[in-house]
Amino acid sequence: MSGNKLQFSRRKFLKTAAGGTALAAGALHAPFIIAQPAKLKIGLMLPYTGTFAALGNAITNAFKLYVAEKGGKLGGRELEYVVLDDESDPAKAVDNAARLVNRDKVDVLVGTVHSGVQMGMVKVSRETNVLSIIPNAGAGAATGQLCAPNIFRSSFTNWQTIHPLGKVMMEKGHKTAAWISWKYAAGEEMFQSFKEGYEKVGGKIVKELWLPFPNVEFQALLTEIAAAKPSATACFFAGGGAVKFVKDYDAAGLKKSIPLYGNGFLTDGTLQAQGASAQGLFTTLHYADSLEFPKDKEFRLNYAKTYKLQPDVYAVQGYDAAQMLAIGLEAVKGDVKAQKGIVAAIEKATINSPRGRFTISKAHNPVMDIYLRQVSGEQNKFVGVAWKALADPARGCKMG
Amino acid sequence: MDTAIFLIQVLNGIQYGLLLFLVASGLTLIFGIMGIINLAHGSFYMIGAYLAFSLTRLIGDFWLALAAGVVVAVAIGLLLEWLVMRFLYQRDHLYQVLLTYGLILIFEEARSLVWGDDVHGVAVPGALAHSIPLTENLSYQVYRLAMSGICLAIALGMYWLIQKTRLGMTIRAGSVNREMVQSLGINIGLLYRLVFALGVALAALAGMLASPVSSVFPGMGNQVLIISFVVVVIGGIGSVKGALVAALLIGLADTFGKVLVPQIAGMVVYLLMAAILLWRPQGIFGRG
Repeated sequence: MSGNKLQFSRRKFLKTAAGGTALAAGALHAPFIIAQPAKLKIGLMLPYTGTFAALGNAITNAFKLYVAEKGGKLGGRELEYVVLDDESDPAKAVDNAARLVNRDKVDVLVGTVHSGVQMGMVKVSRETNVLSIIPNAGAGAATGQLCAPNIFRSSFTNWQTIHPLGKVMMEKGHKTAAWISWKYAAGEEMFQSFKEGYEKVGGKIVKELWLPFPNVEFQALLTEIAAAKPSATACFFAGGGAVKFVKDYDAAGLKKSIPLYGNGFLTDGTLQAQGASAQGLFTTLHYADSLEFPKDKEFRLNYAKTYKLQPDVYAVQGYDAAQMLAIGLEAVKGDVKAQKGIVAAIEKATINSPRGRFTISKAHNPVMDIYLRQVSGEQNKFVGVAWKALADPARGCKMG
Repeated sequence: MDTAIFLIQVLNGIQYGLLLFLVASGLTLIFGIMGIINLAHGSFYMIGAYLAFSLTRLIGDFWLALAAGVVVAVAIGLLLEWLVMRFLYQRDHLYQVLLTYGLILIFEEARSLVWGDDVHGVAVPGALAHSIPLTENLSYQVYRLAMSGICLAIALGMYWLIQKTRLGMTIRAGSVNREMVQSLGINIGLLYRLVFALGVALAALAGMLASPVSSVFPGMGNQVLIISFVVVVIGGIGSVKGALVAALLIGLADTFGKVLVPQIAGMVVYLLMAAILLWRPQGIFGRG
């Protein structure tokens, strides 16, 4: 018993002593801490493995490129990155985002690519009120029913990318069309948008074809298209599935008799793999190769020099996410707690993007030109502006 | 649906079915006949596709690249068997699940390091790149038909090897009673190493053959893993004939499912599986 008592008092003594030292050290360092404001913590929640890894890396690279161009500081604050691989797994989305905000205490949340994961992140952003920028995911809801003052998007909504396509097809004389896509949330959003735009100019969708995601056995449905004999086909596919679809469509001999159209995801980052099958295809998107903006030339040069890679539309969106954040932070001199000031500054800004200048809608989504592009070699060549300053309808958003 | 279109859809179904048999053939050997649960089957398929991509660029000829790719795949199979797989034959299936799941992660990461995360394509070999017109606006690529021919040849070859040769008999015996085969003076360790390597090579060959019509991309292996197990289970574990019949059934069901009941197209294959397993729990040609 007495031994225990002794031990206890010794431990207590040690504790007090240690506390005293810590206090003294704290007092010594305090002036320096005040002189050097804490680094701004940026949470990068993006896919770094799996199907979308290349997109996550492009966004991260370009975000860091802009920060480096600004001397490593935004609004006078140095940045610190907390990087998290979201694996494009919606099941882990809420936990991952909450961990970044609550445990790692990030000041800004940047992400992500996959729309399902985005929905989880939006939930956390709304609950914690953390300043958030979406650099890709196109789910309409994030700047629609679920829009919030602290949530911005630097990319696009699914609706925007394909809405002008119907008008383009009509101008090329296609009065009837078949539609084909994967049956999942993004595919259905794209279809609704295309249908709306195409029917408004008098087009008629004569056949609707859907595959379960991510099935890539197209042969049965290509046969259906051949049997329906529409004037053209409109589609939404991306990544590996887009490569296979474009090649299969060509191999089935349909490309000549029933021209294929889609939004830009059909031919972005996939042209090397698609080869001759993709040549001549028309697509719509908010970015293109061979745009003549000085900002684009400068961006492409710097990106290629820094990363020994050619930038793509995803890199542009990452770059603009950093630009939007910079505009907001500069307005409040780096005080991230002054969120109202940040939000007001971004809402008023015109962003000088490599894709061309754009503004931010009341729902916090870019209002931008959508381009018509045509595949030539390994480039999506700019053909013209398919729709000037297109804003997402932001259905269900109560802001503004 | 008029007759011409119906017949083309039947052709689509058969052609897809034969491709499914090829994709599942490696698993038929490793899971069906050797009895090892191999979740890394999709990874071997993916490695095959990436090998086809790299070797075609290096060598310049698709068929030579295919031959070289098979050699590489056999080497990978032999190495894996010697390194890890041989310690697990006697263990519980759970260990095999854990090991081969680990292999998926390792191969996925290795793929990312070696090849990056971009989508790639392999050109259809020149002589087979043209298409045969079927209707006024629809044609069929010769490569697809050639691929079906190769799938059939592999099916016949496998059936002959497993059912009609002494080697096949020994393999089947080994999967039923390992000790007994060993005590009869057969080097079962060596035999299993060879069969495992053959299974890996078949999976990789499927990836290589599919690469010109499919594309080469991260995560492509995951897409074939489940359907391969479905083929083996419906056909009856251990039956090459069963796997072929099952693959054709699935090909036709999937094709007509997409056309006739698009709302539930994703479920048709699994409904078929459920129905067959209710009728014959051991699979169509499985031993009761």
